Amino acid sequence: MEIPYTITARPDTGLFNAKLGVWLFLTSEVMLFGALFTTYILLRVGAPTWPHGELDVPLATLNTAVLITSSITMVMAWASLVLKEWKKHKLYLAATILLGVAFLVIKAFEYGHHFAEGELPNKSTFLAIYFTLTGLHGLHVIGGMIVNSYLFFMGGKMWKTQPERFTNRIEVAGLYWHFVDLVWIFLFPVLYLL
Amino acid sequence: MDTAHTQEFKKHIRTYILVFVALLALTIITVTISTLHLSVPAAITVALIIATIKSSLVASYFMHLISEKKLIFLALLITVVFFVALMWLPIFAHSDPIIYKNVP
Repeated sequence: MEIPYTITARPDTGLFNAKLGVWLFLTSEVMLFGALFTTYILLRVGAPTWPHGELDVPLATLNTAVLITSSITMVMAWASLVLKEWKKHKLYLAATILLGVAFLVIKAFEYGHHFAEGELPNKSTFLAIYFTLTGLHGLHVIGGMIVNSYLFFMGGKMWKTQPERFTNRIEVAGLYWHFVDLVWIFLFPVLYLL
Repeated sequence: MDTAHTQEFKKHIRTYILVFVALLALTIITVTISTLHLSVPAAITVALIIATIKSSLVASYFMHLISEKKLIFLALLITVVFFVALMWLPIFAHSDPIIYKNVP
């Protein structure tokens, strides 16, 4: 059975199906992270004191830059396909995946430092919500990297047979990847700067 | 894609690069402001305004919301309503706490 509207827009929605599907998934993701942000607010306003300046701001700033850069490389991976520049696409998608790896390596350094200092999730309310929020975000980065890696290796074969469908796949994978960047844009000031 | 379309699309790419530069600049600005030791309410307000500007840039340009179809905006509108409701929950809880007066 052929999947409908993978390339052309469905007349009633004006969108190809995958795009609407991913956007609906992202709205559910907003509520997932929203629930944890509310938890953060509730814990913070209810706490007698809240630690400040305990996290590594320079390292997190670097990680913010890494994730923003991976967002531009992701959008360029899609734009290269629209311009039919396959080699550039491969380069940008590889860069996106590698920047994802860089983000996780930097995060692992941070986590390692916390663990070495005995700063575990059970030590304080702040550490509990810090590890929950950054841990869930890290899992999302891993998820995005799995999808991008599939599209880089096996999934890329589709470019030869159905280039427009593949371009749409990269576009919706990008939507998810940008969302992961967007969550970090809020996590960074909330956890590190305030 | 013909030449006219290609030229038009390349303008989009220039916009993406400008957005990227703006995102990096706003990151530096928010970190710099955090070193000024503003009062807590002022620091929270400024940091969240900058984060909202950054996320709007990502959503509008990288996620193409600026030229997206109506149905996606409808889905996002519903999400915003529920998200705002969710953010009010801790504020309600804080303003009207349960006080156990007679608990030994």
